[in-house]
Amino acid sequence: MGTTLAEKLWASHLVRKGEDGAPDLIYIDLHMCHEVTSPQAFEGLRLAGRPVRRPDLTIATEDHNTPTLDIDLPIADETSRVQINTLRKNAEEFGIRIHSLGDADQGVVHVVGPQLGLTMPGMTVVCGDSHTSTHGAFGSLAFGIGTSEVEHVLATQTLPLKPFKTMAINVNGELPEGSTAKDIILAIIAKIGTGGGQGYVLEYRGDAIRALSMEARMTICNMSIEAGARAGIIAPDQTTFDYVQGRPHAPEGQDWDDAVAYWSTLVTDDDATFDTEVNLDAADLEPFVTWGTNPGQGLPLSAAVPNPADIPDEVDREAAANALEYMGLTPGTPLREIAIDTVFLGSCTNGRIEDLRAAADVIKGRTKAEGVRFLVVPGSARVRLQAEAEGLDRVFLDFGAEWRNAGCSMCLGMNPDQLKPQERSASTSNRNFEGRQGKGGRTHLVSPLVAAATAVRGTLSSPADLVDAPAALV
Amino acid sequence: MEKFTTHTGVGVPLRRSNVDTDQIIPAVYLKRVTKTGFDDALFAAWRGDSEFILNQDAYKHGSVLVAGPDFGTGSSREHAVWALKDYGFKVVLASRFADIFRGNSGKQGLLTGIVSQENIELLWKLLETEPGKEITVSLEDRTVTCGELTVPFEIDDYVRWRLMEGLDDIGLTLQHEEDITAFEGTRAAWRPQTLPAKTLPKVEIEAARPVDA
Repeated sequence: MGTTLAEKLWASHLVRKGEDGAPDLIYIDLHMCHEVTSPQAFEGLRLAGRPVRRPDLTIATEDHNTPTLDIDLPIADETSRVQINTLRKNAEEFGIRIHSLGDADQGVVHVVGPQLGLTMPGMTVVCGDSHTSTHGAFGSLAFGIGTSEVEHVLATQTLPLKPFKTMAINVNGELPEGSTAKDIILAIIAKIGTGGGQGYVLEYRGDAIRALSMEARMTICNMSIEAGARAGIIAPDQTTFDYVQGRPHAPEGQDWDDAVAYWSTLVTDDDATFDTEVNLDAADLEPFVTWGTNPGQGLPLSAAVPNPADIPDEVDREAAANALEYMGLTPGTPLREIAIDTVFLGSCTNGRIEDLRAAADVIKGRTKAEGVRFLVVPGSARVRLQAEAEGLDRVFLDFGAEWRNAGCSMCLGMNPDQLKPQERSASTSNRNFEGRQGKGGRTHLVSPLVAAATAVRGTLSSPADLVDAPAALV
Repeated sequence: MEKFTTHTGVGVPLRRSNVDTDQIIPAVYLKRVTKTGFDDALFAAWRGDSEFILNQDAYKHGSVLVAGPDFGTGSSREHAVWALKDYGFKVVLASRFADIFRGNSGKQGLLTGIVSQENIELLWKLLETEPGKEITVSLEDRTVTCGELTVPFEIDDYVRWRLMEGLDDIGLTLQHEEDITAFEGTRAAWRPQTLPAKTLPKVEIEAARPVDA
């Protein structure tokens, strides 16, 4: 019987098979670090007198805490400054490459890895960050780990793990214009729930996935964790190879040919079976937005705020009632009528160049709704530079948006970019948890297209809602 | 890590599903560089509400948290486990846990037991009828006892063994260092290395323009 892609990746990184219920020992090809989840791990090494086993497979950048304004000044918040300085000191002491604030390769760790060509097919990639699942878009096994595991990888370049279960998510049909990868993944999470992927690697398959760019595939794999999954993967193909080729760390010459020959074998065999399969028709997919306080609480934009009384499951009903209270929403309100205070375009989910281009296309020549704050935070300094080279910064600034420096920013509000209590955002990020973007802040997760259209109209909107929308979108 | 066999302490009924890691510890508390001192950050947003369960005297010193399904969803922050431990929790019981949270708990000696939602409801009722009631969790027997009620819980065999022995993962792995070295000898040449560093040309980064530029 054949094997799935996830099983092939597992087998090719197996250092040692676990016996008597012990986990397998899996080799890690790339370990990325940031300032939030690493200090206690380095401290652990120091206390135990252990070195970093493979500094040459490790890289660090600063993203979660970094300010997006005045980056040339010392960081104002003292605890943020201490945490970032701690990462810099640890990188120096343990011989780890670091891209600090002000460096052209600084940015959100999941944007930086792929753009440097460090993420490629057939690898195992970990980081002390749940959105490490992003890198699965290349056909790699990539997953977030906790700080104890960060220390474990630093010390041994391996992790003891039990095999994951496999789930196929088949997305077929042609995605309608105006719908994007973000809508696909929000629809999947709404369908299987925030716990639906627990213990699984999700393999996204089908012609709708094949048709996506690498940026779009990263958006999908990025949010696998919001369905509770350990990882998400997409088998590599020509789109993947074309994206990797020529990047700073991409293999060259014979190594490139060898790599592509191997990467081409990284597919799920026709006769392999998955533990579970889920099907989704892309042709039906409208822009999706969330109304609640977990990413599974989402609906098509044309729907209305649900009535908890209509939800049969008791736990879900209570969760929905709590969510509506927190979100300040009334059942039956059309989602399109929800007024937004702040639009956030950025994050490891939707902070790549393609996302900025898509949003800029929507707002170009239009006027921002009065009173709406629009924050544009490129995923990395390179993305920002590229956007500036293409003139996108001017489009955003002319529209009245704020053009910021790279980082995680308002996705999780660890830096000064936060919502105020009761302030409502349309955010291209990945989590609408209570207080995630600032204490009392209310988050609606949306695609870059919806974010941009919302900034124009001031209520949750898609480009098709704009009065002078191109015919194809109406 | 301390060995874990049984624990008895006040049970805290947390009637909420999907308690995510941003509820357990908001991101603003993640800036510390230490592993301890997070007790004040636990459930920070809810602690301001006088009705919140941990603000009620009977539950204040709780050490066994009985929560709704999908506890610990969201981020990989191990701070969530440190905060629960610092507050005094030794055990969390729920019908489903997020994978990363459960893994982190196992590494830090916080026991996460899977109890059916039906039995969680029974425990909630007992703990609410008699606030401050104690629960005994036996890792050896894999049971939870609250008064007359004894229900089973599930836990991975290997995690149970490690918790009962109080073993450290890195030490266990380094017993197989030869296997790791041997594996490294087989890695293909195309696999990337971060060092020596390769990047596109250096470019001077300008700070973001003022908002009203």
